[in-house]
Amino acid sequence: MSTTTLPPTKKDAPKSAPAATTSDRAKSERKLGWLLAGPAFLVMLAVTAYPILQATYESLFSYRLTDPDNRSFVGLENYGVILSDPLWWRSLWVTALITFITVLVELVLGFALAMVMAKALSSIRPIVRAAILIPYAVITVVSAYAWQFAFNINTGFVNSWFAWIPGVGTDTDWFGDFGTSLFVICLAEIWKTTPFISLLLLAGLAQVPEVLQEAAKVDGATWWQRLWKVTLPNMKAAIMVALLFRTLDAFRIFDSIFVMTAGANGTESVSFLAYRQTISRLEIGLGSALSVLLFLSVVLIAMVFIKGFKVDLAQARGEG
Amino acid sequence: MPNAPGRSPSRGGAPAAPRSRRRGTAGAAALLVAAGTLAACGGDGGGPPTLTWYYNPDNGGQVELAKRCTEEADGRYRIETAILPRDASSQREQLVRRLAAKDSSIDLMSLDTIYVPEFAQADFLAPMPEDVGERVTEGVVQSTIEGATWEDELVAVPFWGNTQLLWYRKSVAEAAGLDMTQPVTWEQIVTAAQEQDVELGVQGIRAEALTVWFNSLIESAGGSVIEGNADDPENLELGLDSEAAVAAAEVMKLVADSGQAGAAFSTEDEAASAAEFEGERGGFMVNWPFIYAQAVAGVEGGTIDQAVLDDYGWTLWPSVVEGEPSAPPLGGIDLGVGAYSENVDFAYEAAECITSDENQAYYMINEGNPASSTAVFDDPEVIEKFPMADTIRQSLEQAAPRPQTAYYNEVTGGLQREYHPPGSVQPGTTGPQAAELIGAVLRGEQLL
Repeated sequence: MSTTTLPPTKKDAPKSAPAATTSDRAKSERKLGWLLAGPAFLVMLAVTAYPILQATYESLFSYRLTDPDNRSFVGLENYGVILSDPLWWRSLWVTALITFITVLVELVLGFALAMVMAKALSSIRPIVRAAILIPYAVITVVSAYAWQFAFNINTGFVNSWFAWIPGVGTDTDWFGDFGTSLFVICLAEIWKTTPFISLLLLAGLAQVPEVLQEAAKVDGATWWQRLWKVTLPNMKAAIMVALLFRTLDAFRIFDSIFVMTAGANGTESVSFLAYRQTISRLEIGLGSALSVLLFLSVVLIAMVFIKGFKVDLAQARGEG
Repeated sequence: MPNAPGRSPSRGGAPAAPRSRRRGTAGAAALLVAAGTLAACGGDGGGPPTLTWYYNPDNGGQVELAKRCTEEADGRYRIETAILPRDASSQREQLVRRLAAKDSSIDLMSLDTIYVPEFAQADFLAPMPEDVGERVTEGVVQSTIEGATWEDELVAVPFWGNTQLLWYRKSVAEAAGLDMTQPVTWEQIVTAAQEQDVELGVQGIRAEALTVWFNSLIESAGGSVIEGNADDPENLELGLDSEAAVAAAEVMKLVADSGQAGAAFSTEDEAASAAEFEGERGGFMVNWPFIYAQAVAGVEGGTIDQAVLDDYGWTLWPSVVEGEPSAPPLGGIDLGVGAYSENVDFAYEAAECITSDENQAYYMINEGNPASSTAVFDDPEVIEKFPMADTIRQSLEQAAPRPQTAYYNEVTGGLQREYHPPGSVQPGTTGPQAAELIGAVLRGEQLL
């Protein structure tokens, strides 16, 4: 399995830089660093920083796309409207709920799949990996439609296949109320993104030193004890990074909701709300304010992970 | 149904490509990209001007009309087609975004009537020459002219006008003892559906279809969603606390609680209603006439029995108040000419060609969408294909448009939020709540 992890030789590169003896060398390396990273940095500024700044600027205006002449500066009024609206808080809650459920299930499921991939016989390993990765390769909108058709009362097969489960019948309308709609939305998300989390965990799994496992085995530790005392502590960084990436991703959920319920039955997420104000209502100011709040939420999540849980992004890449 | 034939990859300017062959691979690629980009920007290379018609997806009818009118133009202009998204709101989103950016590639657009006021108010539609206005309204159903009018000015060319009918299974109506030659009420058909234990197809989905239903209910009860002042968003006068609004809500509740509206009533759209109606338990349904063309195609394709089609009956949309005529839904597509088009005159000429009686008849026969021109309903071929043509014409004449306002999106969004799911509607309470929400949204005090 060691082939799937990043080689530890990378450790040497960053260490050698600060250890450089001559300042000329350090300077030229720094210059080279900027030259190499500079173009990417500029592109990032253009495609990330600029839209964020523009959205922040637009959020201070009352501005409707079809009525540009009446654009007026309103300061933080848009934020006041949003934060005092129960719809925002409800959407935030729904988004958080979806994020929590999907990330939790994906973590457990992804870990199990990573174990399967790690332990699979080498002859079938490529097939197992490919099979596990297929859902991740599917475009989200396509996957959302597939799940919607499957659960649709008219076109779906779910009702007739699973009619033996109590509560499910041929006339179960999955998209008819909040709970069942959310269940299908979460299911589609989990199906689609578990491979991503399992890939990240697989990389972490490969970092657990085999010697520790063997030492624990010699000491008579059971499989369960080895999992909790050796495997998991040694891949904490990978788990946290996987959680961070997926949480940020899950928090921005849009496609599945758009396709399956279009926000009916209170299933609107924060992204969907921003979409409706900006794209449907053409209220650029209000929509931008929502986007900024969404951005701040995502920053907050990232900060909680990095500062609160002390996630070291470098460590997860095998550099620590 | 999905059909995306219109996107023609050729955009003129092709001769630029061979010259680039002499250069290196990279150079050739760069030139090709540049040539392609330039060509795509609308350089016509001296040929006749090309009009681009953004159209809503259909079964190929509009592409055929573009071809016919290109031929008729005899080399003076060509019409290319560009397909829009499937649903009306997404079509609007795409058109608005392009027009707000002053996209000159939009010469013609198939525009849902409900968005005409918004586009006109935003100056997205090129002013219509008076003589064109006179010609395109001659012999056209009045309600479709109204749909294409904003602030007393005709701003778009009526293309086709849609309306809903009450569809019923003759056998069911007979067994229920309903006289379908006389106007029927919602109450009557709900009772009949319950007695015969058949399905009642109504669109309860949180989408435009719900507004269509609600609007016709309130109009049939003698009220209106917007009672006055559709211009000023801060002071829109809504009629949602009227008696008519209560009557409309009562019908919604009646249908939702009847037990005959289907298990998935709150997610039922037009296609789902049609599928239900074709099935064994089909009884009554309110829907657009496309379902008839669909059923005929089903018989031809062997998915529907001829006996089922023979059992199809139709009449005017049900009344809310006994003895009062109903106000059936009005829909349809108008042709708008883009304000930033470089060929406004040709675009209006093309719009006139597309909406000629002959072409409207062709479109109605092939797509099942009713013409806006009254003469088309006398066309023998149309009558043969649509035995209900006369009912459609009458329905169109009786139909009530949805609220005409530049803020339609907020109005319909607010209605959908409060009146969905229909089973939760409380007559007397939901209306004022919806009015409050729409008012607050328009004043910028609340999100939608």
